[in-house]
Amino acid sequence: MTGKPYRLTEGGSRIDRNSRMTFSFDGRDVQGFAGDTVASAVLASGQKIFGRSFKYHRPRGVVGLGSEEMNALIGVGADARHEPNLRATQVEIFGGMVAESQNRWPSLTYDMGAINSKLSRFIPGGFYYKTFKWPQAFWKHVYEPIIRRAAGLGRAATGCDPDTYEHMHLHCDVLVAGGGLAGILAAEAAAKAGARVVLIDENPVLGGIADLTAGMINGECAADWLKPTADALQMMPNMRVLSRTTVVGHYHHNYLMAHERVGDHDPALLAAGAPRQRKWKIRAKRVIMATGAIERPIAFANNDRPNIMLASAARGLISRYGVSPGTQGIVFTNNDDAYLTAFALQKAGVNVQIVDSRARPDGDLVKRAQEEGIPVSLSSVISAVAGTQAVRAVKIAAYRKGQGRVITERKVDCDFIAMSGGWNPALHLWAHNGGKIRFDDSLQSFRPDTHPDAITAVGAANGTMSVAETISEAQAAGEVAAKSVLKKAKAAKPAKIEVKEPKRGALEPLWFAPATGHYNEGNKHFIDFQNDVTVADLELAQREGYESVEHTKRYTTLGMATDQGKTSNLNGLGVLAEATGKTIPEIGVTTFRPPYTPYSFGAIAGALTNDLFLPVRRTAVFQWHTDQGATWEPVGQWRRAYTYTGVGEEKHQSITREILSVRNKVGLLDASTLGKIEIKGPDAAEFLDRIYTNTFSTLKVGRCRYGLMMNELGFLSDDGVTVRLGEDHFLMHTTSGGADRIAAWLEEWLQTEWTQYKVFVTPVTEQWSQFALAGPQAREVLEKLEPDFEITNEAFPHMSFKIGKLGGFPVRVYRISFSGELSYEIAAPAGYGLSLWQAIMEAGAEFGIGPYGTEALHVLRAEKGYIVIGDETDGTTTPDDVGMAGMVSKKKTDFLGKRSLEQSELKRDGRKQLVGLLTEEPNDILPDGAHAVADLKDKPPMKMIGHVTSSYMSPSLGRSIAMALIENGRARMGETIAFPLAGGKVMKAKIIGTVFYDKDGGRINA
Amino acid sequence: MLKPRYSIFSLARNAMNYHKDWERAWRSPSPKAEYDAVIVGAGGHGLATAYYLAKNHKMTNIAVVEKGWLGGGNTGRNTTIIRSNYLQDPSIAIYELARTLYEGLSQELNYNVMFSPRGVLMLCQTQHELRAFQRTAHANRLAGLDCRMITPAEVKEIVPIINDDPNCRYPILGAYYQPRGGTGRHDAVAWGYARGADDMGVDIIQNCEVTGIQRDGNQVMGLETSRGVIKTKKVGVVTAGNVSTVMDMAGVRMPIESLCLQALVSEPIKPVIDCVVMANTVHGYMSQSDKGELVIGGGTDPYNNYSQRGSFASLEHTITALIETFPIISRLRMLRHWGGIVDMTGDRSPIIGKTPVDGLYVNCGWGTGGFKAIPGSGWVFADTLANDRPHKIAEAFSMERFTEGRFIDESVAAAVAH
Ligand SMILES: Cc1cc2nc3c(=O)[nH]c(=O)nc-3n(C[C@H](O)[C@H](O)[C@H](O)COP(=O)(O)OP(=O)(O)OC[C@H]3O[C@@H](n4cnc5c(N)ncnc54)[C@H](O)[C@@H]3O)c2cc1C
Repeated sequence: MTGKPYRLTEGGSRIDRNSRMTFSFDGRDVQGFAGDTVASAVLASGQKIFGRSFKYHRPRGVVGLGSEEMNALIGVGADARHEPNLRATQVEIFGGMVAESQNRWPSLTYDMGAINSKLSRFIPGGFYYKTFKWPQAFWKHVYEPIIRRAAGLGRAATGCDPDTYEHMHLHCDVLVAGGGLAGILAAEAAAKAGARVVLIDENPVLGGIADLTAGMINGECAADWLKPTADALQMMPNMRVLSRTTVVGHYHHNYLMAHERVGDHDPALLAAGAPRQRKWKIRAKRVIMATGAIERPIAFANNDRPNIMLASAARGLISRYGVSPGTQGIVFTNNDDAYLTAFALQKAGVNVQIVDSRARPDGDLVKRAQEEGIPVSLSSVISAVAGTQAVRAVKIAAYRKGQGRVITERKVDCDFIAMSGGWNPALHLWAHNGGKIRFDDSLQSFRPDTHPDAITAVGAANGTMSVAETISEAQAAGEVAAKSVLKKAKAAKPAKIEVKEPKRGALEPLWFAPATGHYNEGNKHFIDFQNDVTVADLELAQREGYESVEHTKRYTTLGMATDQGKTSNLNGLGVLAEATGKTIPEIGVTTFRPPYTPYSFGAIAGALTNDLFLPVRRTAVFQWHTDQGATWEPVGQWRRAYTYTGVGEEKHQSITREILSVRNKVGLLDASTLGKIEIKGPDAAEFLDRIYTNTFSTLKVGRCRYGLMMNELGFLSDDGVTVRLGEDHFLMHTTSGGADRIAAWLEEWLQTEWTQYKVFVTPVTEQWSQFALAGPQAREVLEKLEPDFEITNEAFPHMSFKIGKLGGFPVRVYRISFSGELSYEIAAPAGYGLSLWQAIMEAGAEFGIGPYGTEALHVLRAEKGYIVIGDETDGTTTPDDVGMAGMVSKKKTDFLGKRSLEQSELKRDGRKQLVGLLTEEPNDILPDGAHAVADLKDKPPMKMIGHVTSSYMSPSLGRSIAMALIENGRARMGETIAFPLAGGKVMKAKIIGTVFYDKDGGRINA
Repeated sequence: MLKPRYSIFSLARNAMNYHKDWERAWRSPSPKAEYDAVIVGAGGHGLATAYYLAKNHKMTNIAVVEKGWLGGGNTGRNTTIIRSNYLQDPSIAIYELARTLYEGLSQELNYNVMFSPRGVLMLCQTQHELRAFQRTAHANRLAGLDCRMITPAEVKEIVPIINDDPNCRYPILGAYYQPRGGTGRHDAVAWGYARGADDMGVDIIQNCEVTGIQRDGNQVMGLETSRGVIKTKKVGVVTAGNVSTVMDMAGVRMPIESLCLQALVSEPIKPVIDCVVMANTVHGYMSQSDKGELVIGGGTDPYNNYSQRGSFASLEHTITALIETFPIISRLRMLRHWGGIVDMTGDRSPIIGKTPVDGLYVNCGWGTGGFKAIPGSGWVFADTLANDRPHKIAEAFSMERFTEGRFIDESVAAAVAH
């Protein structure tokens, strides 16, 4: 398939002919030079086919010069480093690189999928909506799997990504997106005025397409004149230049994302530890959009054949890489710009002629073509292309504007075509966040109009195509931007710039070039190359009523390929306008959405993967727990010790051991994760009265009180013990998982509704280590820790606290209990955490103290009938539902949720109420979440009357226990209800009260 | 059906003439002066309502008015997850009705909506989540749904690319699996209903924005629109994220918050995942479209918003979560992201039914999860409108439940309700 080499003997501004490198493409070794792209090197090797199209699997070659490429998509890298769908025109080669073509089987030249091309007549746009419906089951089992296998482009990597990514945050005065002539001069002007400037460009070198532009600046060609300025920028202290970086999105308030390809082009960098890619999050006071313009293809019959490319691409191949697309070329255009390509080809010794659809083009470049003896066919179009795997010849036909059929044509041999249908300003960034755009008749394209943010467009991105105007516009924009953000901008000393550029003739729109035979009958005029959308498809969509441009897009998939319509959207609009007799602005545009070009999920995540993905929060005792064989339970962001399994122990055995140790001796729990929020201020007590269902203003300093919280709807949202440290100072305990939520909740009420309160809310959870010392011998252990305060039952009763010292440890000790045993929660600043824990363990050793985990805690509390928010409640549960109506104040005038409790449904009889359950069979443990039914039937559906909220084997009782929310439960004491389980088993259980153990609460007060 | 039917034969026949004879899928009528009923909003729910009003209730002198293009709201922006394994009985009833209708919808509409029961897995990544789904599983089984809890090993078998490292941040403890759940083609659902309704004489009027609701006393009399006044005594408002503003025109205040929910797709790749996976603990979910794009979504933005453009922070979190769940996606690329304005109720369940104004009906509150409900919602809402009383299944979803406290809280089971 490789033909003769096309590397020219001279030229190539980007390549270093002294540095040769070899890489592999589809298993074949390809030679290239440093600076080559896969596209230029493979073309230089004579290969023209790079891939297959999405639907018809037509062979396709390179069309574009950079990120607009939609055909030559390749996969690069092996195994876990494979990256699919890269544009061959952007991928810089390095020695040893492995690249492959995509979407073909078994090979690029012989692709089975190409059968679709033969069937194309039967599968027009949207055909799949009309068929594959019968029989019903076939969609899932037959049609869809075939379609899925045929669709998709490249393949995903295998395994975990071995490379790293990072995020950088940047604030600047002026961000300039795009480093061509306009961007460089705007950045220079802004920086010289004193602004902090960031200049970003997606290419490896600055300059944009200055090297492909006509015009002399101060007697030099544009690129040469620009180079020293561009180089100087890099040296300015208030300037940061990012190349190989794409500004991918513009978001609210000039927040921008940029994506930098740090190491993709050079494995040595990666090996040295560089991230593969970097995402920049940028806040810019002002944005200057200098993103240039993208050339349009022309819709002519079989315009997708390999080696039909944009005129700018052909020109770029020659001037940047010293590669010619072929030896016999046709330039097909409707504007002056493409004439430059003809000159470049001619200069490189390539045979070239020009086909211009215009009747009387009068620009300077047209005249120059005549002078240089390049044949020009005016009023002409390409009406046919011969060759499937490569262009062999074309037919050139006479054309008058609006003509639908070809009358006279002649055949010309050629091996490539360079086409230009005009240029579209790259205004994607402009449109991402609400910028308005307007249609420009002379460009036959949209250009930026107004924008709500501080953003300006300059140069080609603004639709300004002349060099002289671009220069003045860019410099002015840079200066204005700097002035608008600086208190005092430095005065600019404008250098004298003299521009000589050819006068350009007008472009004439050519949305469709008539073909040999009726275009609609077998010829394909491609609009969206990658997705295989043709002019006929767009017209079909119109005919069928998919008139809105969004409908057309979705029905035909126009503009939905990986280039998001960069080269196809406007051409599509042109076709639609002609088909409907409307103007392009009347047709309208589809929404521009970020990103400008696709970028990797890895870069978006940055370093926030693996261990840094929602980092685990650890208490001060974490390592100790680990050493003692703890298994973990994630609770919110925390990891809590679930149970400590000893050697040869099963989890259920260790849990039993831990429970019995608390019930019979003493145990120690790391409760540091409990939410702790300090609430301070003259209105703190009143604030808490509004937050909790019960009253806190009456709480005495030095005492603790259990509180219930509801949301506005009257449903339980959190609970915990709050202690009064001082008249205006409280410490609230929340559930571990609820700490952040409740802190935010308190702030929300303070900041948005009760702004009159003088209260500060400070989350202090991680400032404190807190351990529950629980069990009948807890007091003895505490005594051994040498408290400097009285700890007798009288001096330190249940629900009170002390601030003091335990030996050398400064502590707060709360006598509160979630286990039903005598219990002290000992809190110390987190820095003391581990040593305090060890001291307690040591002091308790003689009493047989053992650590207990969260599962033991849950069983202990369930034996006592204590609820856990989130287990016994689910966001639809009221205080009364869980038997705590008594905790809802009748006296307070208002508190959160009070009014909602008056709603009929919340007061209704027979709501689901919390009850205890004993299974008929003491060893049967009801599954969590099992539902009870009103009437047992032999198969569903059955009416459900409630569900199990917690269920455990209770070592203290020697049998299973459960709690459940059951309709009208409290009135059904003693009743036996049935739980039909999966697999047909039915468990029956008797309804009892919720307290299973120590019903009179003697132990807690002992 | 009056329109020529779509089939492989009609495709072949039309191919002979290069597809030049296909008829319009729907007309583009001008509004008549008066209709028996007008639906506001040509999203999936509005179009399905119109279809069933015509089909089941023989009301054909009706119109659907749409401010933009039909299907252009959330119906054309969503990630198309279809499942019915909700927790509360009323939810199960409506979502299962919808799912069942989806199974035969391509045939019913003679339009391939590509309903694909590829299975929906909801991962359990904390004990709490595991217990919550166990509860749902018990409830669903007794309601007669075909769903089950599966083990981490089964999850890995169904989704080979999933991260099954037991030591990762949120290891997979199991999943709740509905094999008959799946995805559909969102546009095709809107287009199929539109074509079907149009065929029965329903006027679908696009580019027609409702700007006012006319009343005589407590009775609706007509609509003011950007294309003139349309008289009618029955109005069904089905405008999703814009429901509050439209209902406000009739003086009805809605218990709705409008938030932006975002979604995104990757570039198309060859198949890597064959079902829908939802990871609610970390807030992300993913499936793969027939075209090959990974379709990804997460949680809503935390602030109220009408702009259809979301915050990057939410997106970033979603992607991070999914790289954790599916490590191979790290080197795939984001192609496009977008947002839709979702209509959230306090209990994450919809509102379907009558309103305080006579002749004014509302169907909204589908929030982040109403694509799956479209056929069922249209079915019961049409019945409600035609008979001026709530359909049996709609009864529970009346607006009064917010003043009565009769919530159908779906947020209790899973944080995300797509
Ligand atoms: C990103 C995203 C992902 C989602 N993922 C899923 C999912 O996976 N599964 C799922 O089941 N659901 C999902 N949903 C939710 C689902 O999309 C919606 O619940 C559903 O589409 C709502 O349909 P609708 O017909 O009510 O609203 P829409 O489709 O929004 O239709 C409302 C219509 O009303 C029109 N309108 C508004 N105001 C006026 C006016 N004044 N006059 C006339 N017309 C008006 C709008 O233009 C719009 O066309 C998702 C939503 C989003 C945004």
